[in-house]
This record gives sequence, C-alpha cells and structure tokens, in this order.
Amino acid sequence: MQIKIEKISFSYNGFREIFHNISFEIASGEIISILGPNGIGKTTLLNCLAKLEPPTSGKIWLNGENMTAMGHRDVAKIIGYVPQSIVPSFDYNVLDYVVTGLAPWLGTFEKPKEEHYEEASKALQKVGIEYLKGKPYSRISAGELQLVSIARVIAQRTRFIFMDEPTAHLDFGNQLKVLNIIREMAEEGYGVVLTTHNPDQVLLLEGKVAVFDRKGQFYFGNWNEILSDELLKAIYGVNLKICEVEKVCRKACIAPGFNNKCTN
Amino acid sequence: MDNSRFRRQLILLLALLIIVMFVSLSMGRYSNSPLKVLNALWYRTGLKQSTGAGMDSGLDPVMDSIVFYVRLPRIIVSMLVGAMLSLSGAVYQGVFKNPLISPDLLGVSSGASVGAALAIIMGASLAQRQIIAFLGGLLAVYLSTSIPRIFKHRSNMMLVLSGIIVSGFLSSILAIMKFVAEEQTELSSIVFWQMGSMAKVLGKEVIAIIPVFVICTTILWLLSWRINILSFGDLEAKSLGVNINQIRGIIIICASLLTASSVSISGTVGWVGLVIPHLSRLAIGMDNTKVVPMTVAMGALFMLVIDTLARTVSTVEIPLSILTGFVGAPLFAYLLYKQKTMVQ
Repeated sequence: MQIKIEKISFSYNGFREIFHNISFEIASGEIISILGPNGIGKTTLLNCLAKLEPPTSGKIWLNGENMTAMGHRDVAKIIGYVPQSIVPSFDYNVLDYVVTGLAPWLGTFEKPKEEHYEEASKALQKVGIEYLKGKPYSRISAGELQLVSIARVIAQRTRFIFMDEPTAHLDFGNQLKVLNIIREMAEEGYGVVLTTHNPDQVLLLEGKVAVFDRKGQFYFGNWNEILSDELLKAIYGVNLKICEVEKVCRKACIAPGFNNKCTN
Repeated sequence: MDNSRFRRQLILLLALLIIVMFVSLSMGRYSNSPLKVLNALWYRTGLKQSTGAGMDSGLDPVMDSIVFYVRLPRIIVSMLVGAMLSLSGAVYQGVFKNPLISPDLLGVSSGASVGAALAIIMGASLAQRQIIAFLGGLLAVYLSTSIPRIFKHRSNMMLVLSGIIVSGFLSSILAIMKFVAEEQTELSSIVFWQMGSMAKVLGKEVIAIIPVFVICTTILWLLSWRINILSFGDLEAKSLGVNINQIRGIIIICASLLTASSVSISGTVGWVGLVIPHLSRLAIGMDNTKVVPMTVAMGALFMLVIDTLARTVSTVEIPLSILTGFVGAPLFAYLLYKQKTMVQ
C-alpha cells in the first residue's frame, strides 16, 4: 500500500499560495512527520492528502488510483484522520463516538449493530481505555480524548492514519504515550503521517520528515539525513542543536540556554 | 449499550400515549367515560360483533359523531404536529451541531407561515398550502444558514442571531400580507390559522399530513446515525467517508417538510421543537438513533396533552402557543440549568 503525491500545489482562491509542486511518497509501516513554523500550511497539506481539501493542482495516487476520482467513502476505507481537537456539540458516549469509525463500512441507511459496537470496544481495548466506553466524552481528560480519537481510527480499519498535531493540548506524559502508540501502529503496518510543532518528537519517532522552512521551501527525507542545526534554524528562526544525549541513548533536539554561558 | 433501558422507556411512552389518547377522546364539552369510548372504538373497528339489541356502540349517535368525526381527527393531527415539530427541531440541532436552535429560531416556521398565508390569500388547497409553506421554510433555512457563511463567522450564537434576523424580517412580510388581506374572509382565516389552533381540524387534514409524516420520519430515522456523524462537523464527517452535502441536504429537506406541513395545519406553535429534543436527550442520551424515535413519541404525547388542555380548560379555545410557552419556557430554563455546556 502506498500513497504517491505528485507535484501538488495549494492556494486559497488562486491568490495566497500555501505550497507549490510538492512530491513525495508514503508507504505502509512508515512514519512521516510534517514540521514547519506556524501557519505555513502543515495542516493544509495533511488535509489535501486525506482528500478533505482539494489541492489546486497536482495528483495524488492511492495505490495507483487517482484519489480525486475516488469517492469519500472509498478514501475513508484506506485513510483515517485524527483531527487536532474535538469540540463536542453534543455529549456523546465514548462508545457511540468510536463506533462512528465504522461509517465507511456501513450502508448509508444502515445503523451499527451489536457486532459493530463490539468492534468499537475492541479498538478501545487496544489503546487501553475500554473502561471509558460508557462515559460521556465531556467528562474525560484531553489525553483520554486523544486516545478515544485514535481508537476510532483503529475501528475504521484503515491502512493509513493521518494525525493533525496529535500531541497538542496534552501533558508531557500523555505526549510520550501517544508517540509510543504511533510507533507501535507503524510497526503493525499502518502508514502514519502527523504534523507536530516539536522537532524532538521527530527524533523519538525516527522515520521520515516533510519540512517547510520559513520561506515555504519544502524538504523531504529520512530524519537523520535531513534534520540539521541549519535546517532547524531555517524553520524556527532560533538556534537549536541536535546532540547525542548519552543518558537516554538517543539524539535529542535541544535549545541552548538563554544566558549565553555555553560556548559550543 | 443502553438498549434495554431505551426500549423500556419507549414502550412506556407509547403506552402512556395510548392511555392519554382515550382520556382525551372522552374529554370535552360532551364528556364520557374512557371505557365507553374504548367500547365504541371496539365496535368501530369491527373487532367486536354487534349484540343486535339497540345501540351498537354503546354511545348515543351525537356522542359517537363527536368522538369519531371531531375529536379523533383532532387528536391524531395534534399528535402528528407535536411529533413533526419536535423531530424537525432535533434534526436541525444535530445537522447544524447547535443545540440552541429550533424550527422557529431558524426562521423555518416564519418562512412556512409566509408561504401558508400567501396560499390562503391565493385561495389554494391544503395540499398546495403545504407545498408553498415548504418552499417558504426552505428559503428561510437557506437564508439563516447563509448569513454566518457570508459574515465568515460561524458559531452557535451567530446562527441563532441570523435566525432571529430572518424570522424578524419574515414576520414583517407576514404582517404586510395581513394588511393587504381582505378583512372579512382572508384576514380572519390567516389570523385564526396563525394563532395555532387545532379547532378546525377535520379528516382531510389528517389525510393531508400523514404521508409527509410517514415518509419524512422514516427517512430521518434511517439516517439518524448519520446525524451523529454530521454533528461532529464537516471535516470529521468527510474523513469518515460521509457525502456531507447530499446527506445534510436530504435531512434539511425532510425536516423543513415536517415543519412546513405542521405549520400549514396549525400555524406556528412555539417551544415544542426546542424543548422536546432536549427532554428526550436528557432521558436517553445523545445518540440520534435513539433520540429520533424518542422525540417523535415525546412530541406526540406533549402536544396531545397541550391540545387537550387547550380545548377543555376553559369554555373558549386557548391558542396552543400560549400553553406551549407556559410549559416550554420554564422547562427550557430548567434544561439550560441541567446542561450548562450547551451555551459554552
């Protein structure tokens, strides 16, 4: 399974160009993190890939099939989407929310049956929050809400999962928990694409990166080939260092102190 | 998961509805015991054979015709109007992901009223009146939902405010129509109809709205799970593979048809479409696959009780909106208190 992005561009009403002629590929089992400054178009790119917004030009091939010609339902069987935040207008139960993941597999006039609720329960079990299933989702924490969203995508039985800032609004513990789940899902064969504001998360996830710098220049490749101190400066406009931290046995992206004590 | 509780509640509600129906059938200026009415109904349906001696139904002929030709149609129509207004309210709230709106607040009722009044002035038939009212209602939803889009400001409050703008404007148009209507004939029938009364309801009204009720309610019930998904917002609904414009379009058309045909029978009856959906959500939760049948049953029961009060409490008919306001407004205040998240 693969998604091939071929020279896509996006602009609002033909005026404000967000990105131009972007090409890359996503395969099953890969993690791709999209990095870039605020408002550069990370979410727009993610939405274009999920057929939620149409690119102004260019093509996206889903397993060799032109995505623009595919129906939303067929795309939703292959690509799952986790929105940045859920703003509930109605206080649904967690299980009622998760079972909607099965929507692309049910007929338009069909309603979920016992077996579908069971599948939704299993998805909750998989992310370890089955105990939440009877709770209204206004009564659970932001971290739990993110896990509920992930459970819904699991219930959707897709091959790819796109996540818009999956760690926004989460405390540090929950951030790491979600990153760990993302890695596990990639190992299971899901292709995962996410946007993030934290370059250190890329080093934790490894995998590939898609980067917009502040001028809108696009870079794509393996994290260890692409990410450098210079590129980080071009993205965020501040000095950041990628260094090997022995205590945790990994490379980390760290900001130098503000007191200029460090001479390296 | 709450299926058994839901079924129990729905059965209880339907049983209550049948009991209240018999009580209501026997109440009025010519009152009678509910048991006698039940007995008469038994004969009517042909389930019980005539004993051959004297009065067949156990009711005298005057009473018999009052019960079957005056009260029964009125009771059926009031239940249908209650169900239709409540269901359309629940469905609008779902697809516009806004628990604060209702057919009146969106301007649908005013739009349908303008259409219905126009039909009365033109001397159109009841079926034509429903169609013109539907077009008026649909135009009003379109306008109310366009204003937030044009202002590029979408929030629960904005939609409520634009509904107020649209219904305010349409009310003025309705006033102009009354102004130009002929005093003796058209004006009095517009005023009478608009006050919201079932007093003139006969068998032909029943026949006129039953098809609309059956078709639209069935479609909405079949799409009720999709309403859950639409209430998550466009982005999420699309990512779940829902053809949002198509499904939402069908739902809005059905809901507007329900509103319009109840408005063309009994004028604008306020509060029902706002309060009953909330009441059923309070009873059974947010899942629209349960909210839809629950709202239909609750709306029917509520309106039946209100209309029975309207014709029995005093010697003159009380307009329905007066009673629904008395009951609905405090009830809504209570619901607001219970679900404060609604206005956040």
